Amino acid sequence: MMMRRQLVAAVKMFLAFTVLCGFAYTFAVTGIAQLAFHDQANGSLVKVNGRVVGSKLIGQNFTQAKYFHPRPSAAGANGYDASASASSNLGPTNPALLKLVRDRAVAYRKENGLTPNTAVPADAVTASGSGLDPQISVANARLQVRRVAQARHLSVSAVTTLVARHTQGRTLGFLGEKGVNVLELNVALDRLSTS
Amino acid sequence: MTGANWLQLIVLVVFLVAITPPLGSYLAAVFGGGKAPGDRVFAPVERLLYRVGGIDAEREQRWNVYAYSLLAFSLVSVLGLYLMQRVQGWLPINPTNVHAVHPAVAWNTAVSFTTNTDWQSYSGESTMSHFTQLAGLTVQNFVCAAVGLAVAVALVRGLTRRASSTIGNFWSDLTRGVVRVLIPLALVFALVFVARGMVQSLNGFHTIRTLENAAGRVPAGPVASQEAVKEIGTNGGGFWNANSMHPFENPDGFTNLLEILLLLAIPFALTYAFGKMAKDQKQGWVVFSAMFALWLAAVLVTSFAETGGNKKLDPLRVSQTSQQGTSIAGNMEGKEVRFGTAGCGIFAPSTTGTSTGAVDCAHDSLTPLGGGVPLANMMLGEVSPGGVGAGLYGMLIFVLTAVFIAGLMVGRTPEYLGKRIQAGEVKLVVLYILFVPLVVLGFAGASVIMHTSASARLNPGAHGLSEIVYAFTSAGNNNGSAFAGITVTSNWYQTTLGLCMLVGRFFLMVPALAIAGSLARKKTVAASAGTFPTGTPLFAALLTGVVVIVVGLTYFPALALGPIVEHLSL
Repeated sequence: MMMRRQLVAAVKMFLAFTVLCGFAYTFAVTGIAQLAFHDQANGSLVKVNGRVVGSKLIGQNFTQAKYFHPRPSAAGANGYDASASASSNLGPTNPALLKLVRDRAVAYRKENGLTPNTAVPADAVTASGSGLDPQISVANARLQVRRVAQARHLSVSAVTTLVARHTQGRTLGFLGEKGVNVLELNVALDRLSTS
Repeated sequence: MTGANWLQLIVLVVFLVAITPPLGSYLAAVFGGGKAPGDRVFAPVERLLYRVGGIDAEREQRWNVYAYSLLAFSLVSVLGLYLMQRVQGWLPINPTNVHAVHPAVAWNTAVSFTTNTDWQSYSGESTMSHFTQLAGLTVQNFVCAAVGLAVAVALVRGLTRRASSTIGNFWSDLTRGVVRVLIPLALVFALVFVARGMVQSLNGFHTIRTLENAAGRVPAGPVASQEAVKEIGTNGGGFWNANSMHPFENPDGFTNLLEILLLLAIPFALTYAFGKMAKDQKQGWVVFSAMFALWLAAVLVTSFAETGGNKKLDPLRVSQTSQQGTSIAGNMEGKEVRFGTAGCGIFAPSTTGTSTGAVDCAHDSLTPLGGGVPLANMMLGEVSPGGVGAGLYGMLIFVLTAVFIAGLMVGRTPEYLGKRIQAGEVKLVVLYILFVPLVVLGFAGASVIMHTSASARLNPGAHGLSEIVYAFTSAGNNNGSAFAGITVTSNWYQTTLGLCMLVGRFFLMVPALAIAGSLARKKTVAASAGTFPTGTPLFAALLTGVVVIVVGLTYFPALALGPIVEHLSL
């Protein structure tokens, strides 16, 4: 008897909370967010000539020499699949990880015309947590500057300036780490080349 | 660790200590009975909910009725969430066009979100509809956190009431926790998160065409609303697979620290609420200190391990130093540039010291020591500072263990807050402490022996063993984070991990409520010269020691064969 009464109350309360915490709360947040923070709530999309080319926050792959390249990604089969965010989950002592890192470092040096002894920044040869990291480190960007400048027939100093301009500092100066937003930098590069 | 990294940690600690008294006072007012702030706004909502549920919120319950209500509500939650996942293909708000969730995954997920574990054997992107996310998972994020809160305040009532047969009303505690604590906080911080870049809409994927003219997609959904309560309620289930590593679930260094603060806020504040309800603030601070010491130690070890980097990469001429601030020092595999290794060094111990299990870096790719700490943290039973409610009642169980041990040392019947702790309570305490290791080590051991389950590991060697031990420890302690390389989609893992979650939740809550009931009935005795004082730094140290020793004796062999062996192999 008591158990049945409790179960009936449980069903009713479950439904009541579904309405309150599920629908009322979520729709309230959605409504306010869409009004007050429309851009962010819809994905901080980046447009070029009216065409959506990506989101400021979601990393995407770049392979051409004239663009800065993002970090390695384990999202989806070819990386940067925003419908399959993921990390590699490779452990620190796993031989498969060490081989991947070695191969990536070799390829990175070759691609950017660096000597075989150049130390490569860790972020350039390791997969990010989300597989969608929108940023690279400043050191990583600087090592790519020469390649990008050559491919675009721009001066190294012009590209370096652009990297500096698209470096995002730590929030409030101390929260998190400094990084360069790859998509925004590449959009700015295209704009510089066409102007 | 750079200067900025240290400053980030110090600011977090300052905020944490600063919000503990006001938030704790508020919690004590909400659950203490009598008038509470905001009655004018909240009371009508509560009355409406009580009317719908047919509940007499004034009527107090004995511990067993309280437990019945709790179990009934949780059972209905599991069944309701299971059903919703199975029929989501026919429901509205499904812009990503996903179908019914596979039965094993649906069972595992229903148990997982109902027990505050939020272990995920699926990828959010391809498995859950927006309807399930907002009407199923988000709802459990609220109510199961409030269930945890309810058990904690019931235990505190047991400790502080005299000769009382009842410990409160479950439905009232549940409702007040949701309406007065979780919804207001979640509402505010969800909007803060959106302002920083989290998405909040009912849309599916945006299709894009990249600068290189390739097709791409940008995800969307009601993310921020779930994200806020995911942290505040120490739930931890990500909207998407990458959880708080995903840029839309954690856009920058600010949201990263805010998420950490939110997941720690209520667990720490509850110690102050406890002091307030016990009318002896020192007792609250003793519990706070033990939790804080364990948390800080874990943060420091992980931070140094991760910012120090992976020694195996040094011979490959990979730079793991900060290069005058232009690069990010440390082990960057599985980490995001915007948080770096230091942001992970605070997040990983905080998410595993609470029952959150959200991650801002891939735990499977942590250094052996950096990954060993989260594992050990969960083994502590998540009391540093533990989940919402679960942390406080877990630590109070350890307090009873500590006064029992102190009582043995001085040869007197142990007392706590004027209550004699006798054979009945100590038996329940032992039961509480043994249940979880039994299932965790039992199932982990079985998984290692059986060929099919052992081959589910991604990584070889000692790290592979850690993957299996981590999975069961995470489920058994209702954490939900993972060494995610392991494939847990087989029926064996889905079932056994689900069982671990149930044991880790309800086989602890019921003894905790039984202890509450038994203590509530007792009269208080006046403190005498033989009473071991429990409001002192000495007791805080004893308590910390008891936690470490009890857990160490239970789990050390597993830790030795996993992270410790791997560290020595570096």
